[in-house]
Amino acid sequence: MTVMTSSSPLIIKGVSKQFTLPGRVIDALSDVSFDIRPGQVTGLIGADAAGKTTLMRLIAGLLTLDKGSINVLGMEVAEAPLGIQSVIGYMPQQFGLYQDLTVLENLRLYADLQGLAQAQRPERFEKLLAMSGLAPFGNRLAGNLSGGMKQKLGLACTLLKSPDLLLLDEPTVGVDPVSRRELWQIVYQAVEEQGMSVLLSTAYLDEAERCHDIKLLHEGRLLAQGPPQHFTRPLNNRTFLVSSRAPGGKRQLKNQMAAQPWVQDALILGDDIRILTREALQTPNEFLHHNTVAGQSKLHDLKIEAVEARFEDAFVDLLNQQTESAPQSDPPTLDTPEIIASEFDDRPAIEVDQLVCRFGDFVAVDHLSFKVQRGEIFGLLGANGAGKTTTFRMLCGLLPATEGHLQVAGLNLRHARAQARAKLGYMSQKFSLYGVMSVAQNLAFYSKVYGLKGKKRQQRMEWAIETFELQHLLKQPSRDLPLGFKQRLAMACALMHEPDILFLDEPTSGVDPMGRRDFWNKINALAEAGVTIMVTTHFMEEAEYCDRMAIMANGRIMALGTPAEIKQEAGHSVMEEAFIRIIEADKAAETKP
Amino acid sequence: MSGMSLKWMRIRGLIHKEFLQIIRDPSSISIAFILPVILLLIFGYGVNLDAKHIKIGIVQQQPSAESQDFVSHFHQNDYFTPQTFENLAQGKQAMQTGKIKALLILQSNFAADFHQPGTAPVQLLVNGVDSNTANLINGYVQGTWQTWLIAYGAERGIRVLQPVETVNRIWFNAQVNSRYFLVPGLIAIIMTLIGALLTSLVVAREWERGTMEALLVTPISIQELLLSKVIPYFILGMGGMLLSLVMALFLFDVPLRGSLWLLFLSSALFLWVALSMGILISTVGKTQFVAGQIAIIVTFLPAFLLSGFIFDIGSTPLFIQAVTHIVPARYFVALLQTEFLAGDILWVLVPNLLALFVMGIILTLIVLKKSHKRLD
Repeated sequence: MTVMTSSSPLIIKGVSKQFTLPGRVIDALSDVSFDIRPGQVTGLIGADAAGKTTLMRLIAGLLTLDKGSINVLGMEVAEAPLGIQSVIGYMPQQFGLYQDLTVLENLRLYADLQGLAQAQRPERFEKLLAMSGLAPFGNRLAGNLSGGMKQKLGLACTLLKSPDLLLLDEPTVGVDPVSRRELWQIVYQAVEEQGMSVLLSTAYLDEAERCHDIKLLHEGRLLAQGPPQHFTRPLNNRTFLVSSRAPGGKRQLKNQMAAQPWVQDALILGDDIRILTREALQTPNEFLHHNTVAGQSKLHDLKIEAVEARFEDAFVDLLNQQTESAPQSDPPTLDTPEIIASEFDDRPAIEVDQLVCRFGDFVAVDHLSFKVQRGEIFGLLGANGAGKTTTFRMLCGLLPATEGHLQVAGLNLRHARAQARAKLGYMSQKFSLYGVMSVAQNLAFYSKVYGLKGKKRQQRMEWAIETFELQHLLKQPSRDLPLGFKQRLAMACALMHEPDILFLDEPTSGVDPMGRRDFWNKINALAEAGVTIMVTTHFMEEAEYCDRMAIMANGRIMALGTPAEIKQEAGHSVMEEAFIRIIEADKAAETKP
Repeated sequence: MSGMSLKWMRIRGLIHKEFLQIIRDPSSISIAFILPVILLLIFGYGVNLDAKHIKIGIVQQQPSAESQDFVSHFHQNDYFTPQTFENLAQGKQAMQTGKIKALLILQSNFAADFHQPGTAPVQLLVNGVDSNTANLINGYVQGTWQTWLIAYGAERGIRVLQPVETVNRIWFNAQVNSRYFLVPGLIAIIMTLIGALLTSLVVAREWERGTMEALLVTPISIQELLLSKVIPYFILGMGGMLLSLVMALFLFDVPLRGSLWLLFLSSALFLWVALSMGILISTVGKTQFVAGQIAIIVTFLPAFLLSGFIFDIGSTPLFIQAVTHIVPARYFVALLQTEFLAGDILWVLVPNLLALFVMGIILTLIVLKKSHKRLD
């Protein structure tokens, strides 16, 4: 086969794809055209349901095209799928590792399938095992590997025969930051050593900056493309960090900033507020003084400094341009009525002391101690298997603690589990509402489940519909809602009974940045109204939105404090890097005798 | 490397993988080996369609030497466990409470009239809830009555009245032992389990775990992919058949009157049909739950109920009889029962073999048409 190295390994022209579901048609991709450069990592960036997976599957010949053409290494997908499949590597979102085969057996199987000659195998296996750090685990069953290790093994399997084009569909989703970084290293190495072309899709916007070139997909369309700098350069002098010298809540400051007409986007970052302005500001300090809205004199105490733009800023900017015609959703003035001031006001909302949970010999949670104050947003971070979910389940009274003291909303979970549960709201990671029921039916059902009656029930349902802006969706079956609205509905249902404490298990995974912002605005408003919020997340920048947080590993707390304290402790100003340092310090300590 | 050897390398790799999975996955092992053994033991020992040790009550309204002699015949044979009651009321009560299945009443004129024509000195009440057993009891009592009459007459040199003398000879299964036709029929059930149910489950598992998507984007062709699923489960199915054969011959003493190679030929043909059905089911049901449900309803239950394995097809309504023609197990059960109990009777075997062959061809064509390396 002759492949011209100068030409593009992947040319996509006018590709459209529809899916027909009972009663509706989904436009997964509409008229997408682009090509990628050889020997580079091209990022396919977009939120859930942007069409990334559909495009990957079309390129791999797994789906038939409705319109357009895809040319891979000189071959048309529609004509020669088998020819293409023998020169590309493809790693689906859930890579097909055989759980009951060992690491080496999986490698051997894929070597057989890709026709790797016996003579080349020892060298190739050794190299890939070393690259992925799996060499010591050759005889371990794939099912017994951690999430990150599985992804690395999956990547190793697709790299066995050095494909000319490598397709990676969200290889880093649900993977902890440490494994994420290792995966990227393997990809870079393959590109540098073998000149491989890579198309990688991801929903993590911070990963865009690691790509050579970016294709930004949104709702099935190609929104923009170019190298990452191309996206961030126009944002020079438009991103700033605002901090207040005057005492006062950072959430209030954030709301004030968001309300300014010249501010496009405002985010809490540790103790400061990060803003994106509508236009470039050469002299931000003067501007701030001249443009503060009357009556908000407190703004004069502000300090403002320019910061480097991130890819996420560009994404928000682009999307806002798209939806400019539509009215911006107002900053939430969430009037959460009477979250009842309980008689335990002075006590912490959650108090955990020497909490242990064992499953047989395995210690899932190992002497955990922390306190969460009323109205605080507390984040729980950690890799897969760190013990976050187990901790959550014990706090919600779903799992009995093996040892230790556990007090939630002033109630001891050992004796008063049912009473405690009445004060808790829980929103799980997966969509747990009834898909065939409409929005209104779901709300009615959950209000009944929580025992609300008559006028009170009517009141709470009206509150939920208004607060979460569900008016125009009431009759829609909830499975047809966009992901962001599903999350809103799930949160509304979890709040029906006015809980004192709200547990959110990875509430924003898969939601696009706009949806995530909207969601956090609601969370902030709830916290201001006195609801205590406990949240787990994989997004490191979301950790910055928390008042305090704990980093967990192996069932223990590695670090506990405000985001600023944790970053300081780890000695790095970026949360992700701080997280990696803390986890690796723990690993290093463990390997010492 | 040549295309042929690459092809072989891929198929061999996948077959090796399949066997590793079978060995390490307890659910495959239990469907392939443990379930067949359990079924064989249940049907070989537990389920018995013959009636033995039937609890029968006997009331002698006026005991006599003759009636005693007759009753003693019930005690002597295996089919009955008699129980004597003082009077009719007690006997009827025992019937009503289910302590006995039948009640034999020797009327007061027994001794005087039993050899007279046109009289009925014996009355038999049978619990008809289980009609099959009721018929059996009726027949057995008649048989006992006749044997006793003949014996009684012979002893005393009296010619007792015998309307027609019938001589029965039962062919193929001389002891009328239901085990002899149940155990061969079970081989059809077991091969259905392995060929259709297990195969559709393991393919559905690959869809569920996402391994299928990764497989589809390797250079393997769809025919190679199908072949690498069919070969391991063909071997496993023949293994199950061999296990059943050994148990049938040595544990249950079922005779094998036909030739071994014909038995293997018919088993291989049936397994081919079952595997094609299994693969076809997994192209429709891509989760283990759905595939399992479909496989049980479409393959297992018909093989159990409509194949003549337990229930005689000839005695079902015509409509059901028509339906059984599309049940592959029907032909295989006929083949098995013929080969075990009758022998190589070609005019019975050939039509059944042909039917399986045609079904195999049709199903394979459908499988090849329906399977492709795409997700839509």
